[in-house]
Amino acid sequence: MTSFRAGPDANGLFGSFGGQYVAETLMPLIHDLAAEYEKAKLDPEFEKELAYFQRDFVGRPSPLYFAERLTEMCGGAKIYFKREELNHTGAHKINNCIGQVLLAKRMGKKRIIAETGAGMHGVATATVAARFGMECVIFMGSTDIHRQHANVLRMKLMGATVIPVTAGTGTLKDAMNEALRDWVTNVDNTFYMIGTVAGPHPYPAMVRDFQSVIGKETRDQMLAQEGRLPDSLIACIGGGSNAIGLYHPFLDDKDVQIIGVEAAGYGIETGKHAASLNGGVPGVLHGNRTFLLQDHDGQIIDAHSISAGLDYPGIGPEHAWLHEVGRVEYTSVTDEEAMAAFHICCRQEGIIPALETAHALAEVFKRAPNLPKDHLMVVNLSGRGDKDMQTIVHHMEQQEKHA
Amino acid sequence: MSRLQSRFAELKEQNRAALVTFVTAGDPNYDASLAILKGLPAAGADVIELGMPFTDPMADGPAIQLANIRALEGKQDLAKTLQMVREFREGEQVTPLVLMGYFNPIHKYGVDKFIAEAKEAGVDGFIVVDLPPEHNVDLCDPAQAAGIDFIRLTTPTTDDKRLPTVLNGSSGFVYYVSVAGVTGAGSATLEHVEQAVTRLRRHTDLPLCIGFGIRTPEHAATIARLAEGVVVGSALIDQIANATSSEQAVEGVLSLCAALAEGVRGARV
Repeated sequence: MTSFRAGPDANGLFGSFGGQYVAETLMPLIHDLAAEYEKAKLDPEFEKELAYFQRDFVGRPSPLYFAERLTEMCGGAKIYFKREELNHTGAHKINNCIGQVLLAKRMGKKRIIAETGAGMHGVATATVAARFGMECVIFMGSTDIHRQHANVLRMKLMGATVIPVTAGTGTLKDAMNEALRDWVTNVDNTFYMIGTVAGPHPYPAMVRDFQSVIGKETRDQMLAQEGRLPDSLIACIGGGSNAIGLYHPFLDDKDVQIIGVEAAGYGIETGKHAASLNGGVPGVLHGNRTFLLQDHDGQIIDAHSISAGLDYPGIGPEHAWLHEVGRVEYTSVTDEEAMAAFHICCRQEGIIPALETAHALAEVFKRAPNLPKDHLMVVNLSGRGDKDMQTIVHHMEQQEKHA
Repeated sequence: MSRLQSRFAELKEQNRAALVTFVTAGDPNYDASLAILKGLPAAGADVIELGMPFTDPMADGPAIQLANIRALEGKQDLAKTLQMVREFREGEQVTPLVLMGYFNPIHKYGVDKFIAEAKEAGVDGFIVVDLPPEHNVDLCDPAQAAGIDFIRLTTPTTDDKRLPTVLNGSSGFVYYVSVAGVTGAGSATLEHVEQAVTRLRRHTDLPLCIGFGIRTPEHAATIARLAEGVVVGSALIDQIANATSSEQAVEGVLSLCAALAEGVRGARV
């Protein structure tokens, strides 16, 4: 059997997706980064340091929790939560940031830049920059700054400079453009900490590797708790880092069904969504070839999702490939479905999930009732919803008005 | 001989550098942009770079970002940009024209179709910012096979070890991005440009054109003493941004072009 876990190739390609589509100024930098990462991977000291920070700073391993009440409510599959929302800073994002900051330290970089959508990656970046005494600049779309204000304050508390990006719709894609412009300008001292499994090689593979701790733990925990592997895995997908982190260690276990959930916004048929695989076509943006939301002329179309973290017109190239080869099934969930799932999770489990995560939960609620009671389903509870209070209150008020 | 080769050979004879101008196709609208394009050779532009608009110009500063937005708001697309080149070529067979932009619109249009139509329209070269030599197969190789030059960007971060990789497969001329940064930002010191030219000469016989941060006739003249070409973009585009009418935009760009040309032409006297 050919492995689904072997990619990318030497050119950073997963099939025809991925690559290194960046301006020449950045090419030497990403080659340096790739070389340094290859060295670090083989260095037992790096591994030891990473394990230490994962355990004592992030709080790993995160529990694999049996969601008993939701399982009862659905009356079918046995639902487990992989509790990434319990990590320091409240989401899976820190797994990647800890890895990258240790790499930045190895490379002698003193200044960290990052893009952020919902602000979770920005907060995680500001956190590790503070811990390692590095300067930190976060690019964030002005729309996102407005709807994720609490996260902006958190970043500032930890000493980061938050730069509002007004270009385009002022969301994640525009923040990423601006971060790339900063990087191209500050090539000597700056480390660009990309927050998802996108961008030029080596980022998609490197971020995946740092996030794969999620799937590795899940595997061990499920074997310990149930004595066998899970039957299905479900995760939400914007760029796709929490999803690939859960999936990757299971890609070659052919009996494990893997499902990714994109944000359908107002519905894919309305054109106002963020579902790159279900509503986009292949193209090249932000350093990689992948599925993109674009018009007839290859102009990028702004994504829409109620969840800022999924509001991106592309997707990591490894997901594009897994979609093409059919190993992972990619589906989508609308704003309204996610919002309904959000409330159910709060009431039934006493866990306030992030709106991103609520997309994965909505898919769980669609599938679990139709599955046998011995079906083991794991959903990645990728983040907590404290940051989304403003959006949720606003949504509830709108609903009351229409009621 | 290609138009680019003929133009640089002719200028070498005259012992002067080329003025290479950049404007975005469709900025501020199709008609004014075409008028600018048609007026550039008479205003002293020796080589024309025509930008293909893109929503996400990651290597460009605010001036060119806004030019892209203005053009896209006017519904400029790749088909219209190729049409603009055809209309330009109706009256102009000598001045080389290079299309510059990002890969995604070309990828969407279809690489083979794009190359064939660009060739037929009278395009002489491509500069595609996000296609490094690692991706030669995507466009560079088929374009050159069809007789269209592929012009590479070299930068302060392109060291001696990497230069051969970048220059291998370059044709037409070599564009030296003199500052690590986006278009329209700060400019390099003369000393830096001198050193860069010396370094690049060790690796290539192609004409060297220097760009990024060159805004005035005086500055253009200084660079024209060192290299085979001087590229000006954001300063021309500012003339469009600051204009209150299409006529003023055309007039602003062409007057600045004429002043820059005078600077470049007087440089080595």
